[in-house]
Amino acid sequence: MPETFEPTIVAFFCNWCTYIAADLAGTSRTKYAPNTRVIRVMCSGRVDPQFVLGAFARGADGVLIGGCHPGDCHYQQGNYNALRRFELLRRMLRDMGIEEERVRLEWISAAEGHKVQAVCNEMTEQVRALGPLRLVTPPRVEADGDVGTPEPAAELAGRVTS
Amino acid sequence: MGNREEAMNGSEIRPRIGVYICHCGTNIAGNVDVTAVTGYAATLPGVTLARDYKYMCSDPGQETIRQDVREHGLERIVVAACSPSLHEPTFRRAVKAAGLNPFFFQMVNIREQDSWVHEDPAAATRKAMDMIRAAVRRVSLHRPLEPRSVPIKADALVVGGGIAGIHAALTLANAGKHVYLVEREPTIGGHMAQFDKTFPTLDCASCILTPKMSSVRAQPNITLWTLSEVAGVEGYVGNFKVTVKRRPRYVREDLCVGCLECIEGCIFQQAKVVDEFNLGLSKRKPIYIPFPQAVPQLVLIDPDSCIEFKTGKCKKTCIEVCGDRNAIDFEQQEKIETIEVGTIVLATGFQVFDAKRIPYYGYGLYPNVYTGLEVERLVNASGPTGGDLVMRDGRRPKRVGIIHCVGSRDENTNVYCSRVCCMYSLKLAHLIQERTSAEVYNFYIDMRTAGKGFEEFYERVAEEGTHFIRGRVADVYPGDDGELLVQVENTLLAQVVKIPVDMVVLATGLEPRADASEVRRLFNISCSTEGFFLERHPKLAPVSTFTDGVFLAGACQGPKDIPDTVAQAGAAAAEALALIDRGSVELEPNTAYVDEEWCSGCKTCVPLCPYRAIAFVEEKKKAEINEALCKGCGICVAACPSGSIGQNLFEDVQIFEELEGVLALA
Repeated sequence: MPETFEPTIVAFFCNWCTYIAADLAGTSRTKYAPNTRVIRVMCSGRVDPQFVLGAFARGADGVLIGGCHPGDCHYQQGNYNALRRFELLRRMLRDMGIEEERVRLEWISAAEGHKVQAVCNEMTEQVRALGPLRLVTPPRVEADGDVGTPEPAAELAGRVTS
Repeated sequence: MGNREEAMNGSEIRPRIGVYICHCGTNIAGNVDVTAVTGYAATLPGVTLARDYKYMCSDPGQETIRQDVREHGLERIVVAACSPSLHEPTFRRAVKAAGLNPFFFQMVNIREQDSWVHEDPAAATRKAMDMIRAAVRRVSLHRPLEPRSVPIKADALVVGGGIAGIHAALTLANAGKHVYLVEREPTIGGHMAQFDKTFPTLDCASCILTPKMSSVRAQPNITLWTLSEVAGVEGYVGNFKVTVKRRPRYVREDLCVGCLECIEGCIFQQAKVVDEFNLGLSKRKPIYIPFPQAVPQLVLIDPDSCIEFKTGKCKKTCIEVCGDRNAIDFEQQEKIETIEVGTIVLATGFQVFDAKRIPYYGYGLYPNVYTGLEVERLVNASGPTGGDLVMRDGRRPKRVGIIHCVGSRDENTNVYCSRVCCMYSLKLAHLIQERTSAEVYNFYIDMRTAGKGFEEFYERVAEEGTHFIRGRVADVYPGDDGELLVQVENTLLAQVVKIPVDMVVLATGLEPRADASEVRRLFNISCSTEGFFLERHPKLAPVSTFTDGVFLAGACQGPKDIPDTVAQAGAAAAEALALIDRGSVELEPNTAYVDEEWCSGCKTCVPLCPYRAIAFVEEKKKAEINEALCKGCGICVAACPSGSIGQNLFEDVQIFEELEGVLALA
């Protein structure tokens, strides 16, 4: 365990805006906190609330969803679907005792490399201040590198749909 | 559909995986310990071998993959290198060439989203390991997929009829393709038609442009629609359905012969309406032709100033003059046309920075402050003064100050360099001296004359006696006898000077068009930070966009001069031609599908699909997805309450496997 707690944040970035913005941050050599782990999806509307719950159940300290700005969705309206699901999900997470700062939905356009930096830094700071999320015991890595993964807790696997 | 089951059970069999870590020279290896990452990757379950190499995208790099597949029987490939938006197609081809399904591949972005953005090498190395672990787990579950092949319609659409659009349309049409050229204004020609001469050769803009404009008119493969705008775009590469709104000209295109007698015959004896083409430096009548060489060579009526439209009580002398030709039609209505095209070239151009936004330069306040484009009209032989440089107060200037970087390189307006202003300022300095023998002062920040023959032109203008004063002008204010004082710190002398001049010319920069954002949304493309349309990749795909089949030409993509614009327009046309002549295009097979066994027929998904690709089949009481209409967003997949919709390439199980991978050590 390092001296200061380093959170792990899972980030679901849409293929057309936020993922490109993260690439732009790269080509502009914009430095930011190394705590995010990006999973690329075609659209923020693809993010099943189960992915978010699953991420927390598997040891993520925060979950970030990045999509195109309203009106800019590559698929016309997927980001609105993401927004509606997110609002429900956030309420549900709050009821479960997961702090609001641990889950975030951001509109980041392909031109906003600096926003990737700002959001990743800010979220890392906030989650670091909250400390680790202790929902389940983090899985241990065995000698052969195989990972014993706990099933997500039953109450976390429930479905939320838009 | 057995797809889902296969995907679910996939994790039980472990395919043989090869992992390749790219150094990208020092781009990755400089900040990520590639040796440690390779060693770690080799220990991951299912990994048969892990290698690192200087440039994985190079021929030897790709050849290594092919060789390893042959010699080690690899079944899945993971490459950790740059962004998949850069080289995913490259490695998929390599995987295919090795005899594997191209989708038995996963790319890990350890350059743009790792080595380039993190300062601590240890943290960057850890992140690379986490992401590779996720990719290894995910790729085990990849299933063989075939790209969808769709036919490309041969017709093309070019939006914007400036020099970029004209060149792109002519290139396509000369190759035998039918092109729709859509232009908002009553004539094609764009900004270039307003210029006097072009740098650095000083050949006249009209002599280059107008023959190309008449070629557009003469080319039978081009359907030219002026006064027209794209109102809607549906479909995808190869199969776009575009609606075009065509405003009425109030003159029948098929009957008008361009004799211009109606202009003479208009009830308005004097021209009283602001002439847009001459930027308000002259007047026109309500029935007019934008400029004598306009294409199409037709008049039009401006309903905002025409008495017949305003009062309905005009004698309509224009109709009398037109006589038997009967070309004038006050009843013309707006028309909506629908066309089907396979490719689109956007050439919507730029707008000139509004100099009023910098109030201390006095544009709009002091009559003798002009923009560069206005001076282009004033020095032009076919301009409002016939090329005689007469100012608004009737005098001819003896001293002229040209202020560079107005609306460029300024954090209060636009931070970028507009690229053309230094050169057009030099050109105007030369033309002003030639016409008036006035003293010309250039107030510049840096002289930027990068381009073929540009530096030589700068030398020439300097030798002609133009003064160069280095410094950003702080203020322009009136002095005695109608003169203007230009206050600037001459940074080479570290001295504040006030230079009296008669005329100030503002070298205004280039900006994205005011409606660029709407146009961008219409065509489903992105903008870069300053608002110009975003190319797919500045070097690998400079005229492509993130929407397949939509290409960029000219200043809509960023400020550029005429040679660069024409070169880019040619490139955009060539890219479109390559698509058209191939006849078909391969689409990502990332479509969604319904597992009928699990579908409860709840219809949640049906209204969610933006493309109406999901139908509810009454007989079966199941949803069905039309693969041809599906664009692979995955909205329905996330929404299905029974989890019965899957998405190729983005299966739930694959994403959960990625989650397991990145979080295994969390």
